[in-house]
Amino acid sequence: MVLEQIIADSFPALQQTINGKRLVYLDSAATTQKPQCVIDAVSHYYEHDNANIHRGVHTLSQRATQQFEQARATIAGLLGAPRPEEIIFVRGATEAINLVAQAWARPRLVQGDEILITEMEHHSNIVPWQLVCEQTGAVLKVAPILDDGTLDMNAYKDLLTPDVAIVAIAHVSNAIGTINPIKELCELAKKVGAITVVDGAQAAGHMHVDVNDIDCDFYAISGHKMFGPTGIGCLFGKHTLLEEMDPWQGGGDMILSVSFEETIWNDVPFKFEAGTPNIAGAIGLGAAAQFIEELGYDSMVQHEQELLVYGRATLTAIDGVELIGAAPQNVGVIAFTVNGVHPHDVGTILDNSGVAIRTGNHCAQPLMKRFGLTATCRASLSIYNTTEDIDALASGINESIRLLG
Amino acid sequence: MANLRDLYFEMVTDHAKNPRNRGKADPCDYIGTGHNPLCGDKIVVTVSTESDTITNVKFDGEGCAISTASADLMAEVLVGKSVAEAKELFRGFHSLVVGEGDASELPRKLAVFSGVREFPMRVKCATLAWHTVIAALDDSEKVTTE
Repeated sequence: MVLEQIIADSFPALQQTINGKRLVYLDSAATTQKPQCVIDAVSHYYEHDNANIHRGVHTLSQRATQQFEQARATIAGLLGAPRPEEIIFVRGATEAINLVAQAWARPRLVQGDEILITEMEHHSNIVPWQLVCEQTGAVLKVAPILDDGTLDMNAYKDLLTPDVAIVAIAHVSNAIGTINPIKELCELAKKVGAITVVDGAQAAGHMHVDVNDIDCDFYAISGHKMFGPTGIGCLFGKHTLLEEMDPWQGGGDMILSVSFEETIWNDVPFKFEAGTPNIAGAIGLGAAAQFIEELGYDSMVQHEQELLVYGRATLTAIDGVELIGAAPQNVGVIAFTVNGVHPHDVGTILDNSGVAIRTGNHCAQPLMKRFGLTATCRASLSIYNTTEDIDALASGINESIRLLG
Repeated sequence: MANLRDLYFEMVTDHAKNPRNRGKADPCDYIGTGHNPLCGDKIVVTVSTESDTITNVKFDGEGCAISTASADLMAEVLVGKSVAEAKELFRGFHSLVVGEGDASELPRKLAVFSGVREFPMRVKCATLAWHTVIAALDDSEKVTTE
């Protein structure tokens, strides 16, 4: 309880009332709230150290560069990346996946190659591959999921043929929270010679991620889903692969020398970071990574899992509530429907009680179709949530049933 | 902050739970399909006319309470109106729900939707059927609230 209070106190946005009620934030899968240390790191940079990086010889530029690169090292440490230069700063997981699609896949894939994804992917791990398929003649294959929200392992194995050039899979589903056995999936993919791309947007804010142990080729994260700022994320890529790849955007910072006859690329990771990056965002994300390290994934997992058990039990007890894809291995996402009440109406009625959840298709329309739905309600947990938050959720759901059910 | 009951209660919940105008207008002189990508809702609106007068409006599809009630009440108020009057009503209704106009020029039944202005994220729900019917009358193939 004391720990909970300390955590809650470090998130200033949670200290407010909405519609006269205490804010209950259950939409962390969309974006997490930001701890004071992250907000301070961003402000401090702008108030004291604001300068462009990798160029100036003046003091501010040196400070900004040092903090930017320190953030890269901190994130590399958090994700278990063997070398900091294997971390490329991007806008978020979406851009990270697009980078792999355009800079690795597009020049290499040919007609008949296959890209294997799963039915539970976010649109950001579907559409970049559809673009590559159009550009190269490759074919998109989709591994189905089972009713309990887990991946159909037999189907996945069957689909893994030597034609598969890329396997792109979410570590954790954004819509239903399923944790995929990612290490095993990557091992199987490697046996057929496929490159592995993991969408880790929903994982790194909840559970220990070790890219070295998973042994994936690429791993994408979004800062804002792990207590960092929006507009910043990272792509981890194995050094050998990054070395082989050409840049995907041209501009400043990604070159060693430029003439009109020939331009020589900068080293990894800079050749993938054209233009002035989101310096404040990277520094903020570094602070978020440090915040997570200090808190420890073990205590985060324990807290969120206890809450998940409580949340599932509480919601299941409500007549008319059905959980969707409630896999045993889940980060703390409770997807549900309320019989007779449209998810948007549930969302509006909950908001009236200060409870924030996500409603809709969650950028995973194929997954919704899989469950025969157009929309669901999604309550997603984080370290700052409590059993009182779940109780407020349940009370709002009951209100929606009373009004419209 | 409007009391939530102002928005949902009585007329909206009544029409959402028991819509009077669900179905297909026969003869079907105009048909429109509306889609709200935000929530995946789809609505099909069909219209019968005699010369320039709307004689019947029906809707079908799945939607939230606000979009269903709005479609149902829209179907009621449009009967007897000309196409030009329907468009004028939509302009007034749209102003009402986005908070730019009041309900004084509108049929009393539509006034209940003034509560929607307190919920800007739900304006699309309230206007989906209207966008759809206007597009149908304009002979557009497909509409979306995006």
